[in-house]
Amino acid sequence: MTPSDDRGAERRAGPKRPALARETLLAIIGALALVLCAWAIPWLKFVLTIALAKGIAVLGILLLLRAGQVSFGHSMFLAVGAYTVAFVAPGTPEVLLLLPLAALLAAALGLVIGLFVVRYRDIFFGMLNLALSMVIYSLLEKMYAVTHGTDGIRVAGLTFAGQRLEREVQEWAMFGIALTLAVGFGLLVRAYLGSPMGRALAGIKTRETRLEFMGLSARLVLLFAYVLSALMGGVGGALVAMTSRHVTPQLAYWTSSGELVFIAILGGAGSALGPFLGATAFELVRVYAAAAVADAWQMILGGVLLVVILFAPGGVWGILSSKLKGRGA
Amino acid sequence: MTEAVTRRAAMLGAAATSGALLFAGGNARAQAKPTELRVGITTFLSGPASVFGVPARQAAELLFEEINKAGGIGGIPVRAFFVDEAPGTDHLVGEYRRLVQNEGCQIILASISSGSCLACTPLSDEMKKTTLLWDCGTQRIFEEGPHPWAFRTQGYGTPEVLAPLLYLLKHKPDFRTLAVINQDYAWGRDSWELWKAGMDAMKPGVRVVAEMFPRFGATDYSTEVTRLLAARPDVILSTSWGGDLTTLIRQSTERRLFERSLFVMPIAEASLPTLGRTMPAGHIIGARGDHWNNHPAPKDPARLKRLVDSYRAKYNEYPIYPVHHMAQAISAMQAAYAKALAAKGAGGWPNDLELANAFRGLTFDTPTSSITLREDGQGLEDQIVGLSSFNDKYPFAVPKDMILFPAAMVSAPVGQKSTDWLKTLKPDFVAQVPAPMAG
Repeated sequence: MTPSDDRGAERRAGPKRPALARETLLAIIGALALVLCAWAIPWLKFVLTIALAKGIAVLGILLLLRAGQVSFGHSMFLAVGAYTVAFVAPGTPEVLLLLPLAALLAAALGLVIGLFVVRYRDIFFGMLNLALSMVIYSLLEKMYAVTHGTDGIRVAGLTFAGQRLEREVQEWAMFGIALTLAVGFGLLVRAYLGSPMGRALAGIKTRETRLEFMGLSARLVLLFAYVLSALMGGVGGALVAMTSRHVTPQLAYWTSSGELVFIAILGGAGSALGPFLGATAFELVRVYAAAAVADAWQMILGGVLLVVILFAPGGVWGILSSKLKGRGA
Repeated sequence: MTEAVTRRAAMLGAAATSGALLFAGGNARAQAKPTELRVGITTFLSGPASVFGVPARQAAELLFEEINKAGGIGGIPVRAFFVDEAPGTDHLVGEYRRLVQNEGCQIILASISSGSCLACTPLSDEMKKTTLLWDCGTQRIFEEGPHPWAFRTQGYGTPEVLAPLLYLLKHKPDFRTLAVINQDYAWGRDSWELWKAGMDAMKPGVRVVAEMFPRFGATDYSTEVTRLLAARPDVILSTSWGGDLTTLIRQSTERRLFERSLFVMPIAEASLPTLGRTMPAGHIIGARGDHWNNHPAPKDPARLKRLVDSYRAKYNEYPIYPVHHMAQAISAMQAAYAKALAAKGAGGWPNDLELANAFRGLTFDTPTSSITLREDGQGLEDQIVGLSSFNDKYPFAVPKDMILFPAAMVSAPVGQKSTDWLKTLKPDFVAQVPAPMAG
């Protein structure tokens, strides 16, 4: 491959201005649609808050997917965030303190775990993450005196900037915080993926040796993404705990990690919007499937995933962006 | 043509909606009588605990059909909304909100899993919606704080563990060693803690030779059985249930463990129909209540027979305890509505607060007995424990030499933590155990 070829490929792969504008427009429409939904159907507010929280965690998975790595244990960071809230809330019930604390602890754990998992790639990377998440799960389950085992812990009443709110207002506050954080992290990830550090992630996927020849440490690139994704997992977990107000070790179980990967595939890895599209679609399909056929909802969910994999490998984002592109041309 | 119909339907729908809105606005103070009584029911429809959840759902369907045939509750039909507990707590608390806010359920029957109950009960306080805890057993619910909107229409962990313990102390007072093999999750750990507290208080000095917590849903117990064969404990306690217990019993009988040690299995009842003649005779079995098929002196024998017969006719299997617990919750609901409607007078319909007040201190009948809801919301359900035996009437093991433990005797008093209360028991408490029932 000649150098000029290479540059051409890069230019083609880079995001174009109209594409970015389209993404922003879609994001604004999406956010407005969510607010409208939450306003029109009160109980959906809860479901959508959870969807946004999971979307933030999946955004972290998306970073790793850019490097071609799938983590089958990402929900451990979710659990760390959630349990941080559960343990600290009785002493310090302030949401604005709990969120950064959960993020910090998850990021710290991400750094420790990341230091050795980034040495591995592909199936080894995925399985090591899975193994570690199951260690966390077992700890949460077995340290019965501390964590109450599978019964879980009830999250104490929370305050928002020192105020204890009514249930209705609190639900809105949580929804608002989740939406703000989702937008914030979406922008952060978009900027990150556009930066040299983010572009290097794609390098790990295509050919890692080349990256090393350019003088970049592939491990460092991946470690940075890993810690960032752990941080977002922690934030997602904290939001889940604050919204559902009850945490159980189930959060760290491998099926929960699988769920996050499922959402990433469903939403599509092409854009920072993908995780939120995926999470919203996932939660809505699950809730409505469970409401319609309480004993066969798993089949419907599985069917949806199969259809997406077979007919829309780009996920919900892929479908939307090709529709929009078609209209633009 | 089709379009016209659709448009007309749409117009009608719009008119009905606005009418309903106006009506609701005008009648904000006096609760309007709804067109149907919506009941949300959370139960396991998938996963290992569906061995309890599905029979309970079937029982609810059967009983709701019966109620509706007889004219419903307060003249309106009842309708069940089922929710699967299996996907976990964050899904369930969302579903609880859906049941209340979207489906407009007036009462919720919550949960088999203790984790689900612990999550739903505070939600009932927040949403001010009467919630019946129809099956979960954790003692933490009412011991860790008041929940004015929640009521448990059956017994709970403490009496369900203490009754078999007292039976053991009466039946085999000279045992010296004990081993425990429970599922490795909250109930397995909790029940062992309760048992240990009671045993150490009433019979100090028993040596625990093995404490085993095989993982939930294990399919192979050969290691545990080998260890139990080697340790030769006088008594083996297992509060396991469902497929786990069935597997444990099958693998233990194959290796003749039942011939060496006396088993105590407080939740054996639900596994007995599956085990058939495989279940060894002469071991202590419990049913999380007094609802055995061969109850020697049920309060209402005709009603018990009708429940068992209609359930068998419809689903071709014997009812197990979750069926009875569901039936108890539905009985309680009927009794509370009758009480609340009587207080309202003709044409009225109780609002949420009036409904919850009707449950406090309520006494309702079950086929086998009657249950009173204490001031903290806990139901007092009698416990019957017996020895497994076979007769010609049932193709599976049923208890003999049954002892009925009055609920008040084996439950921790209001306001006391179960483990603290169990520690205060004295060895002479065993003398209070009633004599076995005749029959």
